[in-house]
Amino acid sequence: MASSGGQAVAQAIGEALPRREIGVRPATSWRRFLANRWAIAGAVVVLVVVLAATLAPFLPLRDPNVTQPARRLSPPFSPGYVLGADHLGRDLFSRVIWGSRVSLLVGVLSTSLAMSVGTTVGLTAGYYGGRADLLIMRGIDILMAFPYILLAIALVAALGPGLLNAMIAVAVVNISFYARGVRSAVLLLREQEFIVAARAAGATEGRILGRHVLPNILAPVLVFVSMNIGWMITETAGLSFIGLGAQPPSADWGTMLADGRQFITVASHVAAIPGLALFILVLGLNLAGDGLRDAFDPRLR
Amino acid sequence: MWRYLVRRLIAAIVVLVGVSFVVFLVLHLTPGDPAQVLLGPRATPDELVRLRQELGLDRPVLIQYARWASHVLRGDFGRSIMQHRAVLPEIIRRFSATLILTAGGVMLAFPLGTLGGIVAAARQGTLVDRLTTTAAMLGVSMPAFWVGLLLIITFSVHLGWLPGTGMYSPTGSGGLTDLLVHLILPATTLALVPLSIISRLTRSSMLDVIGEDYIRTARAKGLSDRAVIGKHAFRNILVAMATVFGLQAGFLLAGAVYVETVFSWPGIGFMMVNAILTRDFPLVQGGVLLVAATYVLINLGTDLLYAYVDPRIRYG
Repeated sequence: MASSGGQAVAQAIGEALPRREIGVRPATSWRRFLANRWAIAGAVVVLVVVLAATLAPFLPLRDPNVTQPARRLSPPFSPGYVLGADHLGRDLFSRVIWGSRVSLLVGVLSTSLAMSVGTTVGLTAGYYGGRADLLIMRGIDILMAFPYILLAIALVAALGPGLLNAMIAVAVVNISFYARGVRSAVLLLREQEFIVAARAAGATEGRILGRHVLPNILAPVLVFVSMNIGWMITETAGLSFIGLGAQPPSADWGTMLADGRQFITVASHVAAIPGLALFILVLGLNLAGDGLRDAFDPRLR
Repeated sequence: MWRYLVRRLIAAIVVLVGVSFVVFLVLHLTPGDPAQVLLGPRATPDELVRLRQELGLDRPVLIQYARWASHVLRGDFGRSIMQHRAVLPEIIRRFSATLILTAGGVMLAFPLGTLGGIVAAARQGTLVDRLTTTAAMLGVSMPAFWVGLLLIITFSVHLGWLPGTGMYSPTGSGGLTDLLVHLILPATTLALVPLSIISRLTRSSMLDVIGEDYIRTARAKGLSDRAVIGKHAFRNILVAMATVFGLQAGFLLAGAVYVETVFSWPGIGFMMVNAILTRDFPLVQGGVLLVAATYVLINLGTDLLYAYVDPRIRYG
């Protein structure tokens, strides 16, 4: 499962956060990123998808939800239907383009949610330590003892199936990874001389956290975000695939896959195409994410 | 060592109690209950009240939890509300199906992933390395449910070589061969991502180790490549490998949910999705407890493995 990908990577990053040399020059890192052909290729793919998603309403596309029974299950390259049509005769090309909006939105929103909550929790636990740390980390342990997918499913079951709830569930599952990574980074930072110096100079706790601790963990957290976002998208699509996320008839890649599944014996492209779109987007994100990691975190290669 | 083990086991019990309690709360404090599902949308309030009483759902949540927990301690997991069957034999049956699937995935992913990573690292920069790295990158980016469908389309629908659904053929003898034939496609699907991750992480930890002084020394004294990589370097990536294996074993179990759905494999993930949707509380509770216990055991096993592969690690 792609999920395992995200989480193992999360673990690796979490452990590596504190090892990062503090104050790597951003300019050098960007040069390293731009020299990485694969990373650039990934970034281009992502950019194209973002463009397509943004411009979808202005492109000369058929309405993704208009059915055309005469065209049902048309194969790819049929006249007027580049990627063919699904079981209701809806234009697959148009649905794939519109579906990219859902996937990108899901990726951005759920990652932001997991990142902001996870980082706050990790900061608090790591910086203040003591009883707060103990309590928070035991909670995180319980969260991690759950098979993440069951936790996500249980949350969706509790909140009711739907795209928004699936996103929330996937985000909640990921909070623990951000919290752990940030906490271990903060634990090391806390003892650094410049933090001690700031404290000695009479800086308030809020100022130390905001001006000195946060900027130093921001780069690795953002690198992790770039590697995590693909996983979030796959996982939410997975929930939609098993019927817990986006509901038909919305043009969502996971839902489209589930729809197409019933027709794989007669028209396999209906299921294959949305999956391919998902794969291409996630691959692009992962390539770009890997490039960012290599550029900003040379130790992690 | 023993003290450590006892401490870990106590912590494990705490986690399990926590997990089961959280699930209990989530299930009970949200709208929709088994009575509603059983009686359907046209049930009268009277009927609902009566059924809830019968199922004990009208009591305070804490009391219900205490009752459930005390029964579990005596080995009684209750009865499934929807299937009218005892929970324990059902989850054991389902769980063994998932274990078979997971074992298939592990047997593909662990050895192949390790081998791929080592070969890639030992031949860094060559064609073999580039191919392995590219394959691994593609592998981690593929959604398992899509790969599963592609495999079914290719090998079941078009080529007709392998069955694409179920664990045994309905007409077959149900023997081991039948099972293995049914296992190939789902196990491959399940293994794909962990395989890629393991090979990537093996490669990177191997590269770290290869840069160390003692490897140069080993090379300098004229040892063969095989001895340097296979003995000196390999032993030193084992701790990192143990972590990855532990994590991946857990995630294989979780990933099984999608694979089971795609291949109609009668495992516990498939069962849990349905049980959660139909609010079959006893079944969900039992399933979660069993799966969480397996997770905790895998984690404990991983930690004990550290001490075994690296004698410098000791637990006091």
